Amino acid sequence: MEIPYTVKERKDTGLYNAKLGIWLFLASEVMLFGALFSAYILLRVGATPGTWPHGLLNVPLGTLNTIVLIISSVTVVMAWASLKMKQFGKWRMYQGATLVCALIFLVIKSFEYNDKLTHYEVISKVGDKYQVHDGHLISEDKDKVVLEPSAHRIYTSRAIALGFGPVAEVAHGKADHDPKAHADHAPAKHELVTIQRSTIERMQNYAPKHHAYLAIYFTLTGLHALHVIGGALVMGYLFGPGAKMWKTDPERFTNRIEVSGLFWHFVDLVWIFLFPILYLL
Amino acid sequence: MSLKAFHIVFILATFALAAFLAVWFFQEYARTQLNSHLVGAWSAVGSGLLILVYGRFFLKKLKSIRYL
Repeated sequence: MEIPYTVKERKDTGLYNAKLGIWLFLASEVMLFGALFSAYILLRVGATPGTWPHGLLNVPLGTLNTIVLIISSVTVVMAWASLKMKQFGKWRMYQGATLVCALIFLVIKSFEYNDKLTHYEVISKVGDKYQVHDGHLISEDKDKVVLEPSAHRIYTSRAIALGFGPVAEVAHGKADHDPKAHADHAPAKHELVTIQRSTIERMQNYAPKHHAYLAIYFTLTGLHALHVIGGALVMGYLFGPGAKMWKTDPERFTNRIEVSGLFWHFVDLVWIFLFPILYLL
Repeated sequence: MSLKAFHIVFILATFALAAFLAVWFFQEYARTQLNSHLVGAWSAVGSGLLILVYGRFFLKKLKSIRYL
């Protein structure tokens, strides 16, 4: 039995089935990401003034990733247009370029994640005095931990409870960021800090459980990255074994490319909103 | 909505992002006086213009493809 309306448009909707299906799916995606964006806004406006982290993310890397995704949207639409003009060779080139862009995006994102997951807050206690150290892990063994202090930090609730962090700075009028301190994203060159393991009370990396900001950051960008992976898998299939359909049913194949392109555009559009909200504001 | 129409929406959103980036970088430059921010601001302005040129090219190239 032949599936109806894979090529021809239905009279009632004016769309072929797959296009109607992808738009219904994208509508549900808007609700999913919309809920998470709302969660971010509520967490942010609900935070104590001056305590929401700024300057923690790498703006040049985020900008580079944005450019990569914008280029991939251009190549994905050009791939579809090539098929519309019956230029299969050109389609292969553009589709391949889109896949390369997806891969570059994921590699850059993994570097950003690695930066966060190797960034630690260490609370140590020497005598009666607590100390909070923050920075990237350089080395560790059974006796000591070596950190490179970072210019940007987020205090955990434990550190704040001990009297450290932005709440204390707000109370002392120091919460307003010094422009020079945030002038450039590269952390200031500090000497390495060595902490004896026996004095460490708690050591936590910048994972989602570290702070609400990181929790929503990893949720939003992680979900987005999963969409990139999903889209790349579908486009990879169409680039490889799925491309056989061009010989048997070119119109239906072109429609498949259009549907995957619509999904890819949605994923890119989500990033266009994510980038300024997470990295710049 | 076809991919062509969605791509036009995408171009508009990208242009809005470039405009926002330019404003953000100019504000950062006013605050920090760092040349890297000034370079970023003018790059964003350039990107915005490039997006407009691309939008025109895209509309011309896909003239024969319908919007629905």
